[in-house]
Formats: sequence, C-alpha cells, structure tokens
Amino acid sequence: MQESVVIFERVTKSYPTYTYITAGFKNFLIHLPKSLKGFKKRYTVLREISFQITKGECVGFIGRNGVGKSTLLGLIAGVLKPDSGKIVVKGRVSPLLELGAGFHPDLTGRENIILNGVLLGMTKAEVKAKLDFIVDFSGLKDFIDQPIRTYSSGMVARLAFSVIAHLDPEILLIDEILAVGDVDFQKKSFQKILEFKEKGITIVLVSHSLDSIVKVCDRAIWLENGGIKMDGEAKEVVSAYLRS
Amino acid sequence: MLLNFQSFLQSKSYQYYFDLVSVLVAKELKVRYKNSLLGYFWSLLNPIALAIIFYFAFKVIMRVPIENYSFFLLCGLFPWQWFANSVGSSPMVLLGNASLIKKVNFLTYIIPLASILNDAVHFLLTIPVILLFGFLFKVTPSPVYVWGIPCWFVAQFFLTYGLSLLFSSINLFFRDLERLVSLFLLLLFYLTPVFYDVSLVPKEYHGIIFLNPATGIIIGWRDLFMKGAFDVGLYFVYFFYSLGIFFVGFFIFRKLSPRFAEVL
Repeated sequence: MQESVVIFERVTKSYPTYTYITAGFKNFLIHLPKSLKGFKKRYTVLREISFQITKGECVGFIGRNGVGKSTLLGLIAGVLKPDSGKIVVKGRVSPLLELGAGFHPDLTGRENIILNGVLLGMTKAEVKAKLDFIVDFSGLKDFIDQPIRTYSSGMVARLAFSVIAHLDPEILLIDEILAVGDVDFQKKSFQKILEFKEKGITIVLVSHSLDSIVKVCDRAIWLENGGIKMDGEAKEVVSAYLRS
Repeated sequence: MLLNFQSFLQSKSYQYYFDLVSVLVAKELKVRYKNSLLGYFWSLLNPIALAIIFYFAFKVIMRVPIENYSFFLLCGLFPWQWFANSVGSSPMVLLGNASLIKKVNFLTYIIPLASILNDAVHFLLTIPVILLFGFLFKVTPSPVYVWGIPCWFVAQFFLTYGLSLLFSSINLFFRDLERLVSLFLLLLFYLTPVFYDVSLVPKEYHGIIFLNPATGIIIGWRDLFMKGAFDVGLYFVYFFYSLGIFFVGFFIFRKLSPRFAEVL
C-alpha cells in the first residue's frame, strides 16, 4: 500500500456572497441591510468530500462548470481554507500558473525565467543552475535577451512551460493547461507531463478536455452537486460522464 | 491558526524568501531603469518639482520664516515620497497580482513587502542628492548619519509596511478603498510638517499634528540631515508608534488572508 499524499476528510467549502462588499464602501453603505445579510449567506461548492490520493498517482477531476474543480486545486495548494473537514497534503506542491502569469513584458526572457522560477518555488541558485537547460528546452536561444513584449504569445507560452518543465515538484497541480498553445506545443507539454508521471510525481489535473484526462490519468473523479458522483478508473468515469 | 506566520516561514527556507523578495524588488527596479536611463531622474523629478512649487508659494509669496527653505523642503519630501508612493499603491498591489495569489499560498505577505522595498530603494538612492544639497547649504555630513539613517529607515519601514498590509488586504473586500486612501494621503500630507515647521503651528493644534505617525519620522529625518541631530526620545516614541501600526496591519492582514483567494 502506497502512502497517501493528499487526504481530504469530509471537507466542506463554501463561498461568501460578497457582492455588495466587493462593490466598495459606497455600495456597501447604500445597500446596508442587504450587505449585512450577505455576510452570513454562503454558497456551498463542496459538501463533505472525502478522498485520498496516493503517491505517484495521477488523478483527473471532471465535472460541469462551477462544480468546484478549481476550488479543489485551491484547497490542495493551501490558498483556500475549508469551512470544515480536514485536509492533509504531504510534499512540495507546485501549481502550474496560467501560462505567462508572473512574467513581466519589459524584462528579457532570461530575467523572466529567473523571476518565474523563484515564484514557482526554486531558489535563485537553483534556477541559475538550470538556466541553460531551460533556455535550450524552450528553443528560444536567439531571443532570450530580448524583452518578452517582443515575443509572440506562443513564444511566451513556450518559455513559461520550459520553466515549469524544470521544476522539481512532488505534487503537481494542473488547471486546464493542456489546451494552451499550438499543436506542437501541446504535444511537447503533454510529453513533459507524461515524463513527470513516469518520475513518480503525483499529478492532480482539472480539465474539460476529457481526452487528455483519459490519456494522462489513471484515475478520475467526477464531481457533481458538491459531492463525488463517481471515482474510478479514468476511462470508465469519463465514459459514464459522457453518457450522462 | 490558519496560514500561521510561523508555518508560513517554516514551509520554506529563509534563503528562499530572501531570493523571492530580491527577485521581486529587482524586477521593479529593472523595469524602471531599463525603459529609460533617466529612471533615476524620474524618481527625483517629482519631489524636486514639489519643492520648487512649495518654495515659490511659501517662500517667495508667503515668506515663511524658515532658513534654507529649499533644503528644508527636500529633507522632508524625499522620505515623504517613499511613504506616499508605497501607501498610495498598496490598495492595488494584491489585486494586480491576483493570478499569482490564487495559486501560490506563501506570496501574500511578500508582494506588498517587495512593493515598499522597491520604493525604499528609490528613497535610499535620493539620499546622495540630499547630501549634495546639504553641501550647497554648507551643512557637513555628520557621523550621526551612520546610525541615524538606518534607525529612521526602520521606523518608516514599519509604518509603511503596516499601512500597506492594512490597505492592500481591505481593498480586496472594499474595492473603492483606493480612492479613500489617496484622500487620506492628501490630508495626511497637510498634517505632516513637510513644508512647514512645527514651531509655526499654533499650540492648540499640536495634538493633531503629533498624533500623525508620519510627523515624528519627517521631523527625525530633517533634524538628522539639517543638523546632524538625533532625538532619542522622539525616535523611540515614533518607532513604537510605527511598530504598533505595523502589528495592527499585520494582524488584520493575517485575519483576512485565508479569504483572499475567495474574493480575487
């Protein structure tokens, strides 16, 4: 029996309905009675969810929009806190940022690699040691000292993924990353994710692309109405989901 | 409790946090100085322009009885610039990095910190200009500078970081706070003896002026640069005042931070 690295025990997560508050003090005061009610009213996304992910497993979450898939990743990353229940995560979590998040257009490719690498959890020395490999992998050697505002969006995506590909995560969280970039790039990133999987890195993937879930994941969990509708082998869960 | 500060520090090495802050500060500085070699000039331009305006308004027209008035102005305006720029931009600093904060959980405290350290570097770079002005007004640099500058720097740092934490976190929930903050800074500017001396203020208003945490700091900088003086009593009062404000900002930020990703 392999060790569990992600454990959810009866986890409930709700969101506040902060509409009048985030609209600012002015709206908050104008709509004071409603605003105060809004403090208490919460919208439950996940209701008493329990599951475990063992080390090296590759799990995909599927379900309709707004069912709480990204919330789940947020909970694993520790960015969101559950209302109740227990979450245990063992190991270094690396979330894949939206491609290009944390890049600055006026910095060169090289400077952005260092910035992004550190944001994603490496020390400066670690990024610098890997810098040449990252540049090679990106295939952008000729442009690497140009500011990335001169790059095409495909080139930015390549640079971003090259940084990710050289991270050394224990648990990798992926939110819809496979749909970005041209066909070549998708293939390359896909390849890299399979490589991560072979290395024994635990991967949690959220995607609407059922195809990529079947290809990458061993196991899929289907979320519906705040709970787990089905949990099993990726192929079976996906085909059941398609039939519904 | 949730997102405890200790666990936040323990989860990564100090080396990593040092790198993270330095990379974020370096980013802002590089961007600023890359676009134009005049980057340094830009950070001087604003306070110098203000100094010229105030000089004209208050020295030439109103004839305030303050000696070396242009030097007097710069000694207050440069540190004020750091404070006002950092606090003024703080409401947007978390919103502007939403995509990072939603995914990486240890960044929240670091992002406002990097922003104010960036302005702090600009301030430190303006100190030679203050010294140069001092030279023009026959003020010789004093050995007190060696510890006076770090001391007031730390006091101002806590005040600025505390208010930045406060405003950046609350602005996520009340998105129009930014407007109130700029109004607050405008009011605070006139309540701070930047372009006047406290001795010109009628006694009955001293309470309000000294209640303003920026007052002691601006007076401290100016006494330091103009007279080479360091008032230990004044320093400790405003250091602990700033530290208190820092803790208020810090605890409110910590209380709100588990909710950041929910509202971004």
